[in-house]
Amino acid sequence: MLSALFGASTLELLSFNPPGWGATLARGLLASLQIAFGAYGLGLLIGMGGAYGKLYGGPVVRDLLEVYTTVVRAVPELVLILLLYYAGTDLINRLLDVFGYAPIDINGLVAGIGVLAFVQGAYATEVLRGAILGIPQGQIEAARAYGMPPGTMLRRITVPAMLPFAIPGMANLWLIATKDTALLAIVGFGELTQATRQAAGATKAYFTFFMAANILYLAVTLLSNVVLGRVERWSRRGMPATAGAGR
Amino acid sequence: MSEAILTTTPRQRALGWLQPHRVVLIAIAAALVLAAVFTMRWDWLPKYFDLAVQGVWRTIWLLIVTTLLGFVLAVPLGLVQVTGPWWLAAPARAFCTVIRGTPLLLQLWLLYYGLGSLFPQFPWIRESFLWPYLRQAWPYGVLALTLSYAGYEGEVMRGAFAGVPRGQLEAARAFGMRRWTILRRIWLPQAFYRALPTLTGETVLQLKATPLVATITMVDIYAVSSRVRQETFITYEPLLLLALVYLTITGILVFLFRKLEARIPARLG
Repeated sequence: MLSALFGASTLELLSFNPPGWGATLARGLLASLQIAFGAYGLGLLIGMGGAYGKLYGGPVVRDLLEVYTTVVRAVPELVLILLLYYAGTDLINRLLDVFGYAPIDINGLVAGIGVLAFVQGAYATEVLRGAILGIPQGQIEAARAYGMPPGTMLRRITVPAMLPFAIPGMANLWLIATKDTALLAIVGFGELTQATRQAAGATKAYFTFFMAANILYLAVTLLSNVVLGRVERWSRRGMPATAGAGR
Repeated sequence: MSEAILTTTPRQRALGWLQPHRVVLIAIAAALVLAAVFTMRWDWLPKYFDLAVQGVWRTIWLLIVTTLLGFVLAVPLGLVQVTGPWWLAAPARAFCTVIRGTPLLLQLWLLYYGLGSLFPQFPWIRESFLWPYLRQAWPYGVLALTLSYAGYEGEVMRGAFAGVPRGQLEAARAFGMRRWTILRRIWLPQAFYRALPTLTGETVLQLKATPLVATITMVDIYAVSSRVRQETFITYEPLLLLALVYLTITGILVFLFRKLEARIPARLG
């Protein structure tokens, strides 16, 4: 049975040399990681802006951000990706047309990062808003009393003080970002899942390739868990141990 | 801000909608909706209406079946991680890690294309009574979504089981309750109440995962919208309507879970 699952011939297909598809998978993994990093970083920026807007913005900004986070978190990523992928590229080309430029072909990598960042931004907004609310109010008031400008306060007080509250949620978001890159296969972007599908379709060794891709994703997750665990411990340095710390 | 909403009366909440800036925003939204209704193309709607209703029904059916089955699987998965012997706890933990560590889309394709391409090689599978089902797509979709929900929810239930105060279980034991009775009457209900707020979020996530089954030829509402797009070359209208459908289902889900949460007898210590 096992030999039927992983026949020696199908395992050879994973090798890096031309008859094997290993190099294709590796390139796919690299593209996936690139998108995940880009989307996560951009999502973090959107989230930071969103959290500040939700907490300190005017009533209109707050309501608009509420609509943004509610809609993005209620509609499937797949639908959002399709909508933004088509509508986004279409809109940019129409704008270019209005201003008299020739339409451009938008790079799949950039579009993928933009779309996923838009989704990540909504979740990051909620995580960071909660984390900023977790900071003891006195710390921010003390900073204000010292006459700190908002930028300095953000850098010296808000961000370091909210990190321990934000890291668990942000760690989760990173894992979601790596897994959500798989959805870009639906719009035909050549990341790991799409590369796997091509390889599996060409060789008919579906089980072997999907298994291999699953293992790659799992490896990314497990490696991330180790790193994120360290980051969380580092961000909690100097904080009193909590009841849940031992778990 | 959420606290402010919780403590307001219905009258105050109604007044909250009438703040000047909200009136303007609602007017803009209404204008956008009207513009969408009158300037976009909706003539395809009557033709595909029956198919769309079927699609919505299939999405909801898939959601209910997989959450119920997934929850039934999640209870033992969480329980053995808290109290079981290591040879049950370790596989349960590994299962949850693998499910949570890989994309659902890939799990789905592994089951449907991977296993599906292997099955025909074995004559005894082809001759078994299961074969007519194994040739269709929906068993794979249901299985993948169930396992995924069980993996995520198993982790939640582990925390919930571990969070029930020991005194409660000790009291039950002191009453001479048997282990199954303790689980049925004390441990499981209290763990369920604890898990309920997380359960809402997980179920919304599960709803958002259902359109993935369209990639293995199941015809849910997402697949219907893709078909409209391919047959009529209309891109945005079906997608916008689709987003609206999911928003509505999410709203109903959140409302139902709030009702359920409100029935929890008392605050837990």
